Amino acid sequence: MGHIHKQQVVALISGLIFGFGLGVSQMIDRDRVIGFLDVAGHWDPTLAFVMGGAVAVTLITFRVVLRQPRPLLASRFFLPTRNDIDRPLLIGAAIFGIGWGIAGYCPGPGLTALVLGLANPIIFVVAMIAGSLSWKAISDRAEKRQREGVKV
Amino acid sequence: MQSAWIAGLIGGMLIGLSATLLLAVNGRIAGISGMVNGALTFAASERWRWWFLGGMVGGGALYEYGLAAQPTPSSTFAPWAMLVGGFLVGVGTRLGNGCTSGHGVCGLGRLSGRSLAAVLTFMTTAALTVFVTHHVLG
Repeated sequence: MGHIHKQQVVALISGLIFGFGLGVSQMIDRDRVIGFLDVAGHWDPTLAFVMGGAVAVTLITFRVVLRQPRPLLASRFFLPTRNDIDRPLLIGAAIFGIGWGIAGYCPGPGLTALVLGLANPIIFVVAMIAGSLSWKAISDRAEKRQREGVKV
Repeated sequence: MQSAWIAGLIGGMLIGLSATLLLAVNGRIAGISGMVNGALTFAASERWRWWFLGGMVGGGALYEYGLAAQPTPSSTFAPWAMLVGGFLVGVGTRLGNGCTSGHGVCGLGRLSGRSLAAVLTFMTTAALTVFVTHHVLG
């Protein structure tokens, strides 16, 4: 089994644990997420425990992992290289938050909630993909126009 | 109520463990919006992302139909909210390069200032949105 196939098996196992964790923590119940975001209502702190538990783990393990010269089955770590806080980051995060507050799903729980066999997660996932691809098309076109403008 | 917090803590730690495994072995960040966007390129080099996403849905099914003491409550919620909310989630995560998992679980774990700024921003606008939809309009 080559590295590519081993990586795919690892991705599968990692995905399984991720989805299982979302189920156990009940983040696939959108009302629980809305309950956390509804700070002025009957506040449900569960999401804070989920995020806290996850970050408590990564804060420790990522330090150890990133001290290694390279991952076990890859040539290097594929990490975001940017450190600056720019407008697209903040505007994007703000728009994402508004969508999250309306739907009650973020990408992971929305996709995992597909197993519930309900119409709502399906609508959410299709709309999310449409939004992402629409924005990609718009930014690709703006980039192309800018490149051509520079050429002239 | 307290059992929900404990389940949340355990589930959260599993998510952290999953992100650790993916980074330690494959050198990749477990950010779900990036996972979806990469998978949608259908490039051969991104095929592993489909395995992760398939695993994620499989893991959810394993919980729901294998372990769950009671089925996950299904809320009756307006489909238009899914349509509008989902679209904004898609646009925002593409523009802002990440969501709750990429910026939250992984970015905070890496002590990224960029991710912290993103998390504080989307937590704030999400809470404000729920305040408006639940207490001002509804």
